[in-house]
Amino acid sequence: MQTLLISAILVLFLVVIFQIAKASEYVAMIRGYENARKQSNKINAFLLLAFLAIGLIGVYYCNELFKDKILGEPASNHGVLVDRMLYVTLGITFVVFVVTQIALFWFAYKYQESDNRKAFYYPHNNTLELIWTVIPAITLSVLVGFGIFYWFKITGPAPRDAMVVEVVGKQYGWEFRYPGADGILGKKYFKKINPANNNPVGQLWEDPANHDDVFVEQEMHLVVGKPVQLVIGAKDVIHSVGLVHFRLKTDAVPGTPTTMWFTPKFTTKEMKEKTGNPDFVYEISCDQMCGKGHWSMRGTIVVETQEEFDAWVASKTPQYLVANPDKDPARQMENTDAAPLTGAIIR
Amino acid sequence: MSETTTVHIADAKHATTHHEEHGHHQQSFISKYIFSMDHKTIGKQFLITGIVWAVIGGLFSVIFRLQLGYPDTTFPILETFFGKWAKGGQIQPEFYYSLVTMHGTILVFFVLTAGLSGTFANILIPLQIGARDMASPFLNMLSYWFFFIAGIVMASSIFVQTGPASSGWTMYPPLSALRQAGDGQKIGTDLWLISMALFIISSLLGGLNYITTILNMRTKGMSMTRLPLPIWAMFFTAVLGVLSFPVLLSGAILLLFDRNLGTSFYLSDIVINGEILPNEGGSAILYQHLFWFLGHPEVYIILLPAMGMVSEILSVNSRKPIFGYMAMLGSLFAIAILAFLVWAHHMFVAGLNPFLGSVFVLLTLLIAVPSAIKVFNWLTTIWRGNIRFTPAALFAIGFVSLFISGGLTGIFLGNSTIDIHLHDTMFVVAHFHIVMGVASMFGMLAGVYHWFPKMYGRYLNNTLGYIHFWVTIVGAYLTFWPMHYQGLAGVPRRYLDKSGWVNFNQFGELDKFITVVSMIVFVAQFIFIINFFYSIYKGRKVRTANPWGANTLEWTTPINPGHGNWEGDIPEVHRWPYDYGKDGREFIPQTEPVGASESKH
Repeated sequence: MQTLLISAILVLFLVVIFQIAKASEYVAMIRGYENARKQSNKINAFLLLAFLAIGLIGVYYCNELFKDKILGEPASNHGVLVDRMLYVTLGITFVVFVVTQIALFWFAYKYQESDNRKAFYYPHNNTLELIWTVIPAITLSVLVGFGIFYWFKITGPAPRDAMVVEVVGKQYGWEFRYPGADGILGKKYFKKINPANNNPVGQLWEDPANHDDVFVEQEMHLVVGKPVQLVIGAKDVIHSVGLVHFRLKTDAVPGTPTTMWFTPKFTTKEMKEKTGNPDFVYEISCDQMCGKGHWSMRGTIVVETQEEFDAWVASKTPQYLVANPDKDPARQMENTDAAPLTGAIIR
Repeated sequence: MSETTTVHIADAKHATTHHEEHGHHQQSFISKYIFSMDHKTIGKQFLITGIVWAVIGGLFSVIFRLQLGYPDTTFPILETFFGKWAKGGQIQPEFYYSLVTMHGTILVFFVLTAGLSGTFANILIPLQIGARDMASPFLNMLSYWFFFIAGIVMASSIFVQTGPASSGWTMYPPLSALRQAGDGQKIGTDLWLISMALFIISSLLGGLNYITTILNMRTKGMSMTRLPLPIWAMFFTAVLGVLSFPVLLSGAILLLFDRNLGTSFYLSDIVINGEILPNEGGSAILYQHLFWFLGHPEVYIILLPAMGMVSEILSVNSRKPIFGYMAMLGSLFAIAILAFLVWAHHMFVAGLNPFLGSVFVLLTLLIAVPSAIKVFNWLTTIWRGNIRFTPAALFAIGFVSLFISGGLTGIFLGNSTIDIHLHDTMFVVAHFHIVMGVASMFGMLAGVYHWFPKMYGRYLNNTLGYIHFWVTIVGAYLTFWPMHYQGLAGVPRRYLDKSGWVNFNQFGELDKFITVVSMIVFVAQFIFIINFFYSIYKGRKVRTANPWGANTLEWTTPINPGHGNWEGDIPEVHRWPYDYGKDGREFIPQTEPVGASESKH
C-alpha cells in the first residue's frame, strides 16, 4: 500500500513537472521564442553562479562534517609517508580545483549571451598553450618523484631483523602462521591442506622448520616498534589484506605469494587512548571482492609489547604437535632429517 | 544492348521521381526501422537500447543503495519482485553482489560504450564528414544486432535460477572461474562471458567501420585537420576499441576454458569449500593484465566521445572557435597513446614488481598533462564568448566541472604511494563515477540535447531539459562528493553492511543521505526520458535547417534527412569547422569558400 502511494506520488510529480514544462512552451510561443530563450539564458547564468557559490560552501561544510571521521594518526612508519604524500597531493589538487571551477562558472556567468557583446575570435595562442602544458608537467613530475621515492621505501626489502608472519586469506576469514623460534616458515603444499587433520595451511611435516610453527586464526599479534614482514597467500580466490590504520594493502593471490612489511608505531592500548574509543581494535579488511561474504571478512590485529607478545606465543602449541600429539618433537627431528620432500613445494 | 540502356534510363527516371517524392527509396517497415542499414536509424537504435539499459542499470543501483543506506530495514516490496533474492524484504548478499556486477557491466559496456559511441559515431560520422552512409552499412547493422543479442544473453542471465554473475564487473578469477565459489559463479558467469564476447564482436564491427569511414569517405575538401572534434574523438575511440577489445576477448575465452574445459590459465593452488583442485601453474594475475589492457583504454573509449562532443557544443554555444584546435587534437592523440600504457595502475597492490609499479605511476600521471590542456582549452573557449545556455551547453559545462573534479582525484589514485591506502575503497568508487560515469553521461546527454533536432526534426522541451540538468548535477555531486571521505577513512568498496566493523561504521547517516539523493536523481532521469519519447512525436517542429547556427555539415542536410543524407550532391568543404565570430560574422559554415578579404588565423 505504502509503495503504491509512493509510486502514485512520483507519477503525479512527474506529470506536474511535465505540464509546467508544456505550459512554459506555450507561453514561449505567445511571447516569442527569442524572448523566452533570452530570459531562461539569464536565469541559467545566475544559477550557474549560485551553484558555484553554494557548491564551494558545500565543499567546506562537507569537510567540517567528516574531517574527524577519516584519517587518524597513521599507525605505521609507512603510513606516515602515505599520509604526507596524500596531503601534498591534496594541497596541490585543491588549489587547482578551486581555481578551475571558479574560472569555469564565473566565465559562464560573465560571458552569458548579451546583445551588446560580440564573441572574441580567439582560435589559439601558442604561448598560453605552452604555459599550461609545462606547468602541469612540472607539478606532476614533482608528484611522480615523491610518489616513486616513497613507493620504493614502502615496497623495498624488509629490514633483516623483521619478524615474519604468514597471512592466508580464505572465504571468509584470515589465518596466520608464525615461524616459531627458528624464524623460518616451514614448507607447505596446497594438496596437503586438511583442516580435519589439523593441517589447515598444508604444512609438510617432513620439513623440520615446520615443527615449531604456530598457527592461529582471525587474530594476529604484532610487536610495537618491530618491523614485520607479512608473507601473504590465499587458499581459494583473491583476497586483499587491508590494514587501514597502517595505510597498507596487498592482495592475497592463490598460487602467487606476495609480501609487505611495516613497523607498527602504537600498541592497541595506545590507540585506544589516542582515538578515545575503548573498543578500538586494529582491523584487517578484505579489500578484494571474494564472494558473498566479502563484506564480513574481518580479522583483527593486536599490537603489543615484546613481553606481552612472547607470553602470547609461549601460550600457543606448535601446529605440528597439535596435528601429531603422539610425536615427541626431539625424536621426530631425527626421523625426518633424511626424508626426501615430494611434489612442488611452495615456501 | 539497346534493351539494357532503356532499363537504365527507366531506372534513372524512377530514382528521380523518388527523390522528388521522398528523397530516398521506398523501404518496408522492417528494412527501414528494424534491420535498417541507414546509419541514422542504427544510431537511434543504439541510443534507445542504451536508454533502456540505463534504466535497468540505474534501477539496480537504487536497489543496492537501499541496502547500503538502510541495512537493517526490510522492504517487503523487494521480496514481491525478487523472491528468494530478497528473502523477508532483505537483500541477500548474493543478490547484492549480482546487482553490483550487473550495474557495472551494464553501465560501462551497454550504456556508456554502445549507447554513447554507438549512437554518436553512427549519427555524426557520416553527417559531419559528408558521407552518404558508413563504409559498410551491412556491418554497421550487424554491429547493432550483435549488441542486441549480447543484451538478450545478459538479460537472460538475470532470470536463471542461480542468478546473474556476481564477481564484480571486472570478473576476476579464481572467483569467477570456480562454480563452487557461489551461486553467481555458476551459469550466470558463463552467460556473462558469452554476452561479453558478443558485445566485443559488435564493438569491433562498429569500430572498424568508423575508422574506415573517417579515413576514406570524407567529402571533397574535408582534410583530416578540418574534421570537427567529435569525429576525431570517435576516431581515436574506435582505434582504442579495435586494439584493446580483442585482448579482453582472449581473456574472456581463456576464462571460459578454465571454467568449462579444465584448463589452468588462471588457476593454481586452490582449495575451495574443502575441495582440493588439481590445477597448478596458472596465474590469476594474468587475467588482470588482459582485463585491464582493455579496461583502462575502455575508460577513454567512454570519455573521448564525450570530450569531442563537449568541445563542439561549447564552441557552438559560446559563438566562439574551440580554443587550440591542434592542441585539442594533440591531447586526444596523447591520451589515446597513453591509454594503452597505464593499465597496471589498477594492479599496484596485486603483488606487482615495485619497479614496474613505478613505471606505471609515471605514465599514469603523465596522462594528466593532456587532460589539463583540454580543461584549460575549454575554459578559454568560453572565456569572452557570448554563451547561450541551451540544455546541451549546460550539460557540456557540467561535464567540464565533473571532469575537473574526477580528474583531480585520479592524481591521488595514479600515485601508487597513495593508492596503497585508497585502492578498492569508496574513494575509487567516487573517483570513477564522477570522471567516467557521470561526466560521460553528461557528455552523452549534451549530445542528445544538441543533436535531437537533427535526429527527429523536432526540439526537446527546454524547461524539462533545464530541470533535468539542475537536478542531475546537484544530485551527482551530493551523491559522489562525500563518498571520497568514506574512502579516505578506508571503507572498502562492495561492503553491503558495515555494522560489524569498528572502524568503518561511522558513516551511517551519510549512507542514508546518499541513498535518498541517488533515488531522487534516478527518478529525475524520467523527466528526460518522458521528454525524449514525447518530443519524438509531439515536440516543437524544427523549421530551420540550422537551428543552432552551427558550421558543421550535418546542418546542411534537409531537416529530416533521408537515406543518403543530402538530396543533391554532397557539399564541398572549404574551411575548418570553428569559424564562429570571425570578422564580425556570427558563424561561417564549412561549406562557404574562404573569401579574399577574410582574415587569417
